[in-house]
Amino acid sequence: MSITVDARGLSCPQPVIMTMAKIKELGSGEFIVLVDTDTSKENVSRAATSKGWEVKDIQPDGEGYRIILAKG
Amino acid sequence: MKMKNVFATLGGIMAVGASIGVLAPLLQKLGNPGNMGICVACFERDIAGSIGIHRAEVVQYMRPEIIGFVLGSLVAALLFREFRPRAGSAPIVRFVLGVFAMIGALVFLGCPWRAMLRLAGGDLNAVFGILGLVSGIWVGTFFLKAGYNLGRTEKTHGAAGLVLSVIMAGFLVLALVYPPITGEPKNDILFYSLKGPGSMHAPLFVSLAIGLAIGFLAQRSRFCTMGAIRDLVLFGQTHLFMGILSLLAVAFVTNLVLGQFHAGFAGQPVAHTMHVWNFLGMALAGLAFALAGGCPGRQLFLAGEGDGDAAVFVIGMIVGAGIAHNFGLASSPQGIGPHGIAAVVVGFAACLAIGFTMRKSAA
Repeated sequence: MSITVDARGLSCPQPVIMTMAKIKELGSGEFIVLVDTDTSKENVSRAATSKGWEVKDIQPDGEGYRIILAKG
Repeated sequence: MKMKNVFATLGGIMAVGASIGVLAPLLQKLGNPGNMGICVACFERDIAGSIGIHRAEVVQYMRPEIIGFVLGSLVAALLFREFRPRAGSAPIVRFVLGVFAMIGALVFLGCPWRAMLRLAGGDLNAVFGILGLVSGIWVGTFFLKAGYNLGRTEKTHGAAGLVLSVIMAGFLVLALVYPPITGEPKNDILFYSLKGPGSMHAPLFVSLAIGLAIGFLAQRSRFCTMGAIRDLVLFGQTHLFMGILSLLAVAFVTNLVLGQFHAGFAGQPVAHTMHVWNFLGMALAGLAFALAGGCPGRQLFLAGEGDGDAAVFVIGMIVGAGIAHNFGLASSPQGIGPHGIAAVVVGFAACLAIGFTMRKSAA
């Protein structure tokens, strides 16, 4: 089971705060962030990229998106 | 896969800030009040006056810009499949934050957009407002770091996500059916100002068109003045901040070109020189915006794309304007209102209580 951050239904800036916390916790590796708005998708991607993480994939997931973040 | 959102890029957010920087001073040139080409707080207050929620005679007008912001955002959200009807994240708290956000903004006399526009027009009192805004948001970031949040929204009915848009469309119908009559303070149910800022306005269709355009662009770019400062303080991110810098710089140049730049403290349009209260009013507003997750403009755009909680914040602001003017909390060019100080104290107490008590559990 992969590590998942569920930020669905949470408004700005919670999804970014949760993503940043997970990035800090893991240091490197891969995890999934679930969001339900395009704004959150953009904000999470932008925040992860600024920390040197790669946005590996963004898949539509129900009403929202599954964002797969990775750092080697 | 949808095409990439160009407005979400750095160039995009700066272009949107620049557009507002041109259009707002232009609206002033076309008739809107001084250094108030656009002011979300002031214009919502004028709407409250136009429907008689308060009876301050100088600030009554059904502002088409606000209507345009919501409907422009709705159109953008529908067009780009981003309309997400959602609600249920502590709406009563958002209402209260909206009320105190408005009260704080009316002690200063402007929302963050107008704070920028006032500075860009040479009103140096705005410096204290902007410092207050930053301070209030800075306090808000401590709560965010400590786990403050208002809980998750739920997906709701499409029609529920349309409620504020429908209310705004209704306001537009009222404005068209009951237009201002020269020399008359009222046309049937709508109140109009015969003097003061409420009597100053660009032609209805120009205001509406510019409102729609800005609503559309702001929905696409997620333009937010509170978010700009919050993201800088909280994450060191400059993305949204570049948007407000762009607005400030372009509005400054536009004012110079239009002959609307007059530097100084005294005698600035719809402003007072009580620095402490300019600072504290906007600090209260900034804290309320930070706790609610968006500046007044952003709340309108979120409401347009279906966020029912943002819509409740907007209604809170409109009701807050009624409270502010009915009970002498709002400032005027002569200075703060008779009960402005008490209102700021109560507002801080309420917002701090919200920040301290509403943590993690709901997440």
